[in-house]
Amino acid sequence: MNSLWTLTWSTLVKDIRLEWRSKDALNAMLFFSLQVVVIFVFSFDPLAEESRHIVGGLVWIAFLFAAVVALNQTWARELRNQVLDAYRVSPAPANALFLAKAVGNFLFVVVLQGLMVPLFVVFYNLRALGPAWQLIPIALLGTWALVVNGTFFAAMSLRTRSREIMLPLLLFPISIPAVIAMVAGTTAVLTGENSAHFYIVLLLTYDVVFTTACLGLFETVLHAE
Amino acid sequence: MTEAQLQNPSIISVSNVIKRFGRFAALRGVSAEFDAGRFHAILGDNGAGKTTLLRTIAGLAQPTEGKIWIFGKSPAEACRDIGYMAHPSLLYDEMSGMENLRYFAQLYGIAGDAKCEEAIRAVRLDPELTRGVGQYSQGMRQRMSLARAILHDPKMLLLDEPFSNVDVHSAREMVGLLKGMRDAGKTIFVVTHQAMLLDGVADEFVWMESGQIVDRTASAAREHGGVR
Amino acid sequence: MKPLIFPILSIVTVAALAYALIQAMNAPTDALQGDVYRIIYYHVPSAWTAFLLFAINFVASVNYLARATPSRQAAVKWVVIGLGIVGIIACFLPQVQKQLTSYGMRPSAMATTVLLIPAFYFLVGWLFPGDKLDMLAVTAAEVGVVFCTIVLVTGPIWARPVWGIWWAPGDIRLTSTLVMWLIYVSYLVLRRFSSSAQTQMLAAALAVFGALDVPLVYFSIWFFRTQHPQPVIGGGGTMDPRMLHVLLINWMAFLLFTFLVCWSRFRLEMLHREVEQAHAMESMGGARASSKTSLPLGRSSQ
Repeated sequence: MNSLWTLTWSTLVKDIRLEWRSKDALNAMLFFSLQVVVIFVFSFDPLAEESRHIVGGLVWIAFLFAAVVALNQTWARELRNQVLDAYRVSPAPANALFLAKAVGNFLFVVVLQGLMVPLFVVFYNLRALGPAWQLIPIALLGTWALVVNGTFFAAMSLRTRSREIMLPLLLFPISIPAVIAMVAGTTAVLTGENSAHFYIVLLLTYDVVFTTACLGLFETVLHAE
Repeated sequence: MTEAQLQNPSIISVSNVIKRFGRFAALRGVSAEFDAGRFHAILGDNGAGKTTLLRTIAGLAQPTEGKIWIFGKSPAEACRDIGYMAHPSLLYDEMSGMENLRYFAQLYGIAGDAKCEEAIRAVRLDPELTRGVGQYSQGMRQRMSLARAILHDPKMLLLDEPFSNVDVHSAREMVGLLKGMRDAGKTIFVVTHQAMLLDGVADEFVWMESGQIVDRTASAAREHGGVR
Repeated sequence: MKPLIFPILSIVTVAALAYALIQAMNAPTDALQGDVYRIIYYHVPSAWTAFLLFAINFVASVNYLARATPSRQAAVKWVVIGLGIVGIIACFLPQVQKQLTSYGMRPSAMATTVLLIPAFYFLVGWLFPGDKLDMLAVTAAEVGVVFCTIVLVTGPIWARPVWGIWWAPGDIRLTSTLVMWLIYVSYLVLRRFSSSAQTQMLAAALAVFGALDVPLVYFSIWFFRTQHPQPVIGGGGTMDPRMLHVLLINWMAFLLFTFLVCWSRFRLEMLHREVEQAHAMESMGGARASSKTSLPLGRSSQ
């Protein structure tokens, strides 16, 4: 057990170091996220009265697209020189690799959200009419829901043709309950019309169920040729 | 051979291994025993099944039928005894050699830098090099990849085309290194097109054709097909 | 003897479907909806059939994944038995009993239903050894998607004249069916696009994810709907017993038809794999190749 966490930590540190050195994905992603926000601002009039009701949906769709682009490059570095083979041939537990990648993706997407949220707040003049602190568990649990399955399906789509389209194709249907919860929860908090409590519980359940499923089945997926 | 004989801890046995990819059979019933501590060269044309055989022994591919025993264990159980190297470097381009090896050492539960430095020195490279592995020459990169493969002191080395795209001098150096490792007791399998490089060094040449082993000779010259 | 079963069953199925159709056309007209309601005799049995098939796919996939190693197989076996026992005991707990009776169900009936789940799991595992589990999974998924499509097409056709709208976003049944359809279509796409030698394992893993997702989909839409009431397609309330009778007749006919289609698809898959194997082995020499490639349809199961 000890080796699982040490290995997860060192893999995560390695990934962050690599990302920091090349800044490949980070810069491109930041700019892409900015563009997504701007496109939404032009498509959905921020001054309209109804905007408060739809912003929850807009924000999460924007995150979803940004997350997919980020997730698609999860394994890019491991594929480049077939490093994944080196991992597979070693006695290291597969789940250490999975957790490290999932947590890395999580941090990455949270950074992107950190950029996009202030932009949405500014452009749409957002003010939460409900308890604003609830947005934090919704954001964290919701992001983990997308990222944990996304990392898993990214590994699955490594062995398919049309890799980049397979990931969202597999991810979106399975993520629907989480997306409903995220969007409805965010809207509930922003409009103050409903309680987001149930949605937070639903997200937590979703996270627990799918994190368990991913940890249970990742080894099978990793060792698929 | 009986199951017990196949699980003999001093041999690597491949027992009627078939590997199918849909309609294509890469390995069509390969059966062989390989003695430990010897240098086996695997040769054949493209598509003969050499790489598939090597990957199956390494545990990177699962046989559709048949079994493999490595020193009496399955490939998954024997992973600590296996060092694998292929034509792609299996290294991170943006990290230096030491950084790469430090990371891979952790996969094997090896703490500290000592073994990493030892492995890099064993392949005649400098552990102090800070530039990324991606900037190495091909010969250096292959040697660093070899360092990664021997890092955890495995009993067996599996190398897939280690000499391709490498200049003759570097290739000869690598052969020398491998010879030293065989003399130290390691079992070595090399898949290559360049049989002549290993002439006089390898203990045995295994010839493959269309997914089967067709011949095993002591030298790189082969009677039926002529010199390859 | 064996080759006759399929044609006989086909004739019986056609007769059953014809009988069911006649019954559907002659069933009493609905007081509120008029004759349009008759689409229920295709909509509802398709839905039940699709759910049944997806359940079969889930059970087959779990069985297939469990078979990977003996330790995993034992672990899954105990988990399934454990779930069954817990489920049965739960039916008789006071709080749960109260809930069940409020829905008009008896605890013993619920317990029997719960018992069926592990029984079903072991039955499928026993009837379909090894690779056949995977063939069953893909068969069930494909035919299930077809029936799911029927549900999604007949639903809006029904809704439009009755409610004036094609689709109600909060309608829990139709929306969760749509999500299920998406999940199983993505399953089929994965099978088609996968270039891995372990496609079957990957697909089985995806099937497990999909099945775990279904109850979560249901709950998320259910809660969403309680906060945003929507018109309900499909009508609640009790059904005239004569209509229920016709509905069940239609479902029986559908099940016969499903069985026939699944059987054909299963055999097609089996033949397909044999052909692939034969192709791959063709250079291995006479004896080995020919023993596995006898293809008459009436052959006994391997």
